[in-house]
Amino acid sequence: MMTKFLSRNRHTVQRLGFIAITLMAIFTVLPIVGTIVFILVKGGSAISWEFLSGFPSEGMRAGGILPAIIGTLYLTLGTAFFSVPLGIAAAIYLAEYAKDNRLTRLIRLAIINLAGIPSVVYGLFGLGLFVLFLQFGTSILAASLTLSIMTLPVIISTSEEALRAVPQAFRTVSISLGATRWQTISRIILKEALPGILTGVILGLERAAGETAPILFTGAAFFLPRLPHSPFDATMALPYHLFVISTQVPEMPIQIQYGTALVLLVFVLTMNVIATVIRSRARARRQW
Amino acid sequence: MEKSLSWREFIITRLIQTSGYSAILFVALIFFFLLREGLPALGEVDMFSLLNIRWYPIENHFGILPLITGSLIVTLGAALIAVPFGIGTAVYISEIAPRWMREILKPFVELLGGLPSVVLGFLGILVLAPFLRVFLNLPTGLTALAGSLLLGGIAVPTVVSVAEDALDSVPRAYREGAWALGATKWQTIWRVTLPAAKSGVLTAVMLGVGRAIGETMTVMMVTGNAPVLAVKLGSLFSPVRTMTATIAAEMGEVANGSTHYHVLFFIGMVLFIISLVVNVIASSVVFRAKKRAERILS
Repeated sequence: MMTKFLSRNRHTVQRLGFIAITLMAIFTVLPIVGTIVFILVKGGSAISWEFLSGFPSEGMRAGGILPAIIGTLYLTLGTAFFSVPLGIAAAIYLAEYAKDNRLTRLIRLAIINLAGIPSVVYGLFGLGLFVLFLQFGTSILAASLTLSIMTLPVIISTSEEALRAVPQAFRTVSISLGATRWQTISRIILKEALPGILTGVILGLERAAGETAPILFTGAAFFLPRLPHSPFDATMALPYHLFVISTQVPEMPIQIQYGTALVLLVFVLTMNVIATVIRSRARARRQW
Repeated sequence: MEKSLSWREFIITRLIQTSGYSAILFVALIFFFLLREGLPALGEVDMFSLLNIRWYPIENHFGILPLITGSLIVTLGAALIAVPFGIGTAVYISEIAPRWMREILKPFVELLGGLPSVVLGFLGILVLAPFLRVFLNLPTGLTALAGSLLLGGIAVPTVVSVAEDALDSVPRAYREGAWALGATKWQTIWRVTLPAAKSGVLTAVMLGVGRAIGETMTVMMVTGNAPVLAVKLGSLFSPVRTMTATIAAEMGEVANGSTHYHVLFFIGMVLFIISLVVNVIASSVVFRAKKRAERILS
């Protein structure tokens, strides 16, 4: 009976179904656009040179957010310093060297698990290992190390994918011309895979830049009247600062909150757009 | 020259190999440090009071049951949103949307995955919670429901990208076969493509749920943080507190090495084990499905 109904009206059913699915996609995308536009509009009026280049004053209720911007920059660079070389090397291992055996499967499982561990658990781990056990204290160093382990799975899996996309012929030809394996990788394969790797690296760092939970107890400072001097200093950071001023500071001017959210969003979105552009340009130019 | 080249080659190969193994080392290290700081909790608080319904650390009540139910109810709500919308969007992108639409939609969904959770929490406090309070006539908008709605949004990109991959990898011949038999596109999606991608879609759901249960900042900001036992459906409309939020909110204020500190690490350990289980199952589902596909194709 149902089947009969379905088959008789199957084109109506299809039309209704397509409309429903399309609506779902729209409802998924619309809030994203809405969120971004809303913050751009609301925060735009808070942005001024003083806001971007000044220090917070009057218990953060006035002044600028420079130390938070610089802090997030430091943390992102610190994260890149550790996670980029390690992540790319691990990807090279998986794509070029690893055999399909038990150990390799274990590595893959470990990467999947690293990707799934809650960010706050990374924070606990960083506190236990870097802050307390290795005695780095709450510092840029400890926070960067914590963030880099969190970023690692993103960098590894996207880089590996980029390396694997390079056709096998490139390797065969290079080896047959007398190049060693490493020469082949460093001069041919990495060059070809670079845009893909870059995309992965930026997307990973984007996530690190926006994270709050992993730096809560490893390096974030509530308020710092100066810029950090060394990797062993704690630092303010944009996401943590937004958390602080939107929940911990009473009578916080709403303008500064939206302004801070806007700066954080622009920081993250810029990275995202750069990654997307690199990827699509590389795809368009690719000759294999 | 020959000699130095082979030495360099050797060292670089070893370095690369070590980097490859590092992921295993990190998972082991994380687990080790969680155990090291979390297990003492079992010695200091007995199992019975740990499974109590009262979380009030100042008076040494460390019952983590309300935190677990808090996490569960928020995650359940998030799944109810993320699963249909995630799969629906994935179907749209992979099966229905024209090519140009696909090129626009995919980066946007990725963008949602990249939005800092603290920004969503911020908007939750300023926009969503006041709206829910007025709209549903609640005493406060900072409820499990607000957390679920935002977490659903955070889990959607994960579900979409994994489910879309799964749908994409269904061989085109399956669809063409169905069309040739006279099925409409819609029937093909429901009876051929989705069932063929079942395991991948299941993985997408699990990873999405895993993402939701581990999310911290958003839930800490919008769920009201009241550690009460959430067992009724009505709890969705009242403040709750999740495991992640408890760690994030309290770890900054405890003395290192105190009972409270150890219990917070213990909760971290529970979260770690949950994510481990979810990910191992999710990846073994994919693995098995791949094997089966290979068997069929060979």
